[in-house]
Amino acid sequence: MRFMKRLAVLGFACVTSMANAADSITVYSYRQAFLIDPILADFTKETGIKVNLVFAKQGIAERIAREGRLSRADLVLTSDFSRLMELADRDLVASVDSDTLQQNIPANLRSPNGDWFALTKRVRNIYSSKERLGPLDIDYEDLADPKFKGKICTRSGKHPYNISLVASMIAHHGEAETKTWLEGVKANLARKPQGNDRAQVKAVKEGLCDIAIGNSYYLGKMLQDPKQVPWAEAVNINFPNQKNRGAHINVSGMALAKYAPERENAIKLMEYLSGQQAQQTYAELNMEYPVKLDVKPSKLVASWGDYKADELPIHKLAEYHGAAVKLLDQVKFDL
Amino acid sequence: MILGFPKSWSTLSYLTAICFALPLGAICIQALVPDEAVFGHLMQTVLPTYIFNTLALMLFVSLGALLIAVPAAWCVARCDFPGRNWFQWALLLPLAMPAYVVAYVYTDLLDYAGPIQTWLRQVNGWLSPTDYYFPDVRTLGGASVMLALVLFPYIYLLARTAFMEQSPSLLHASRVMGASPGRSFWRLNLPMARPALAVGAALVAMETAADFATVSYFAVPTLTTAVYDTWLGYGSLAAAAKLSAIILLVVFCLIGAERFARRKQELFQKQTPITSHERYGLSGYKAWLATGYCVVLLLLAFGLPVWILLGYAWDYFDVSWNQAFWEYSLNSLTIALVVSLMTVVFALLLMFVRRCSPREVDILPSRLASTGYALPGTVLAIGVLVPLSYLDFALNDLYAYFNQVEPGLIFSGTLFVLIFAFTIRFAAIAIGSIENSYKQISPSLDMASVTMGMKPSAILSRIHLPLLRSGIFAAILLVFIECMKELPAALLLRPVGFENLATYVYQFVSDEQLEQGALGAIVIVLVGLVPLIYLNRSLEQGN
Repeated sequence: MRFMKRLAVLGFACVTSMANAADSITVYSYRQAFLIDPILADFTKETGIKVNLVFAKQGIAERIAREGRLSRADLVLTSDFSRLMELADRDLVASVDSDTLQQNIPANLRSPNGDWFALTKRVRNIYSSKERLGPLDIDYEDLADPKFKGKICTRSGKHPYNISLVASMIAHHGEAETKTWLEGVKANLARKPQGNDRAQVKAVKEGLCDIAIGNSYYLGKMLQDPKQVPWAEAVNINFPNQKNRGAHINVSGMALAKYAPERENAIKLMEYLSGQQAQQTYAELNMEYPVKLDVKPSKLVASWGDYKADELPIHKLAEYHGAAVKLLDQVKFDL
Repeated sequence: MILGFPKSWSTLSYLTAICFALPLGAICIQALVPDEAVFGHLMQTVLPTYIFNTLALMLFVSLGALLIAVPAAWCVARCDFPGRNWFQWALLLPLAMPAYVVAYVYTDLLDYAGPIQTWLRQVNGWLSPTDYYFPDVRTLGGASVMLALVLFPYIYLLARTAFMEQSPSLLHASRVMGASPGRSFWRLNLPMARPALAVGAALVAMETAADFATVSYFAVPTLTTAVYDTWLGYGSLAAAAKLSAIILLVVFCLIGAERFARRKQELFQKQTPITSHERYGLSGYKAWLATGYCVVLLLLAFGLPVWILLGYAWDYFDVSWNQAFWEYSLNSLTIALVVSLMTVVFALLLMFVRRCSPREVDILPSRLASTGYALPGTVLAIGVLVPLSYLDFALNDLYAYFNQVEPGLIFSGTLFVLIFAFTIRFAAIAIGSIENSYKQISPSLDMASVTMGMKPSAILSRIHLPLLRSGIFAAILLVFIECMKELPAALLLRPVGFENLATYVYQFVSDEQLEQGALGAIVIVLVGLVPLIYLNRSLEQGN
């Protein structure tokens, strides 16, 4: 027991010392540290506010819920939209009313009541085999076309990226039509959904399929890894639905924690992240598109060409999230 | 036994045992909390699949491990063939491999884009997956094979000992009566080893039920992954606790069966190990077969994965050799060291009381404290967090009541919770090891010490401790390796932002980028090798 006591004292000392640190905020992040560290360093230099960043791949919402009023989290950074929704749905966020944020972030990329804000955009692209198909002018709707039978590869339908694509289909076409579409896509799959987005591009390179569904930034990331360069070079990146509503986009974002102990400073960081300098770096580090309109993406990302994005407000996707999961179960997309 | 043994020692051991049994109680209580229909939804949709997968996996892995381990154990114990002395301990090596690392390596080798299928396509001129059949690795069957490959040493170790300890005179009798070596094996050796095999199979099944990373990587949903998803995905602790209760039910049935088997084992054990001239000397194709079998087994379960890991680590050395790698290694080593010391301290306390106390019931605390090993990491995590969070909030309320600054989550939000959980999970190992050592110390020593006026604390520190040295050392080593490998509890309990090697490596596995984390995996394996070699040496001395 003495050991336990000593340990408890030690833990106590740790926590109290953390709590007493002057002018520092705690950020819980679903995004990996290296994607944000350079920006946070600049922020600290500019404002003198230290940022304590903690990364977890899963379970941040659950942890904040359990910590309740004792949580030390001030700000949450997420890597995709569904995590933002989860935080908002479980009442773990506080709404923010800031002119800076409203100016910097377009209305369709933030919650109407200030619960959450997008920071970067990425397109759900359709990759095609350079060798067998070449660049395509293609719509998501075409994925169900029987001419692609046995040619399509994708990750699990239940992955947040695919769920939100399905949700956007429901938003535009309704449930019944989307179900037929999903059945068509499933019939065209070359294999049971598995692996991540990169694995699909790799499968195209190997000849397993001709078309892969994947986020835009993966192409950039593959070009950075010597082993994966051949995969990336085997495909063309296509922006879907350019002749009609535009390509489906997903976002990474941020939300203020409900019990944030350092509310004021956290909002300062939020505003900083939506600003010119931070937007530039944040988008470049992960090969994504900035949300602030006058900030340009990186050279590599820009080289993939301009595209038209689906104007559907992001929060609309949340409405159809549940329906999308159910449809995916109904057509047994992953089985 | 020491008459007049102070009650304060017993009280302390009861307190410890109650702390250790806390998670079990917490899960039972939490499972009774209503859960907003999440569990009902699960039951209607996916729960039957989860239960089926879990049971099927446990069955397949145990059977697979038996099939792999028994021939190897019999050859090593009863036959002489080239390399036997070496295989004797080398076949334990796979125990040091985390199953998910093996699973990753084989997926890389065997999937469509992997070298084997690519080569087959080139040789045969096949163009697409519809041209030929190749078994899919990422299935229930694939997961069974992977887990059997790393878990078989448990059975091998127990079976080898059992075969070695079988009295040679029985075999002589069987041979004199005209039974061939094969017939003797089926009619004599195997039935006599049955209790040991049952114990081994139960252990393997328990480890299988606790596995999280392999099945999650293979997308084979089991109860253990369901606990994780229900908790973090649906955000329902109550439903997760209900699932945990189902797992516990399965595990306790297994333990019951294992106890039953061990009860019978006493009858068969004769301490007359066979000597080298009583082994079958294999020659010709039989010797080749035995050696070949062991070589292939060792290559598949250990050599090949390690070789591939080394290749990854070499290619990605620049990426993985960084500050973070050192930090996470240090985290792993520190936690493992603290936990192994703590388990030993508690095990010493519990076993000392059990040995010295004149009260019969004082055997209870050590039994109770050993139940932690039965809880898979995910289940344990829930069992630990519930009472500690409660404690934290109570404490903060108290501080607030007296207008003091609230200290925050000092139990559930710090490393305390991780160390607490690991200590509970692995205490059974230390208790078992020290229990065995105590058996070697004659009770007359205690009596002599009492006659000479020594107090209990002096007996413990001046008589028992020096004599228990090797048992304590073994306990520290065994707990150490388990702490290095334990993943699910670490994933769920670590303070936000804290990583150790296991969580670090798993992060790369789940991202399908193990190449970058291979260095960490190699460290886990290397650290695991040390105790194995020591363990085997002490076993050989025992023989």
